[in-house]
Amino acid sequence: MILKRLQHLPRWADPFDDGGQWRQLMGDIGRKFYDEPHAGVFPLLNVAATQDHYIVRAELPGIKKEELDITVSGNNLTLSGERKIMAENNGARYHRREREAGKFSRAVSLQGPLDAEHVTASLKHGILKVVIPKAEEAKPRKISIL
Amino acid sequence: MTETEIRAKEKKEVTGQAEQTKPGPVFTPNVDIFETEAGLTILADLPGVTAENLDIDLHDDVLSIIGNIMEDNEPGENLLLKEYETGRYIRKFTLSDVIDQEKIKADLDDGVLRLTLPKIEKAKPRKITVN
Repeated sequence: MILKRLQHLPRWADPFDDGGQWRQLMGDIGRKFYDEPHAGVFPLLNVAATQDHYIVRAELPGIKKEELDITVSGNNLTLSGERKIMAENNGARYHRREREAGKFSRAVSLQGPLDAEHVTASLKHGILKVVIPKAEEAKPRKISIL
Repeated sequence: MTETEIRAKEKKEVTGQAEQTKPGPVFTPNVDIFETEAGLTILADLPGVTAENLDIDLHDDVLSIIGNIMEDNEPGENLLLKEYETGRYIRKFTLSDVIDQEKIKADLDDGVLRLTLPKIEKAKPRKITVN
């Protein structure tokens, strides 16, 4: 599965999905006793797998594709870049400032050999989606009995 | 380190809203609000929201932003790691009467909404020339 470089282990998906109620209840309880359910490194990631590939998603609103670097080496996927928030001129007075700017770098390790040649990524409406095919030898295959 | 790094923040889930009838979590988007002489600007992070799925509603001086998202799950997807939840975004703002409600403008670009709320003419400061 996925190895983290930080001691804060991420929360794994709940197989008993009832629309999130159980998750929310357990999350509320869990947060009182344990650490935050994620690695604490921006951007937060959702990772899914199909038989043939991994799909990594992140929310990156306002980030242009030129400002984002995606590298796959070995079993690792690294996302790094900088989120820039344009300075407003005309002596703007801020009432709220919740959006953050800055540099980021995030890595995840995926299981098994990856086909780094055929990775595709899209950045649409602030959502990054990286599709990483598993290497041929890592794909499950059906064995027919002779 | 001299350069700032972005901290990972968990999305703020809205709880205890009696009027929620649709299932699924609802989040409060992060916003920047600033004021200039010409008006107010609201910038809101709405990742995953497209123009068709965004409702901006003005009613009784309350401006509501409601963003719906489309899940794009592929068949046979098996979730391995979930660090963030997805769901709708809702945030409401009460406008003061210096805002010209007829002239509010909205742009959505890369998941960031920019709302421009100009002030009505008489609320803008002006220099009076002495003859």
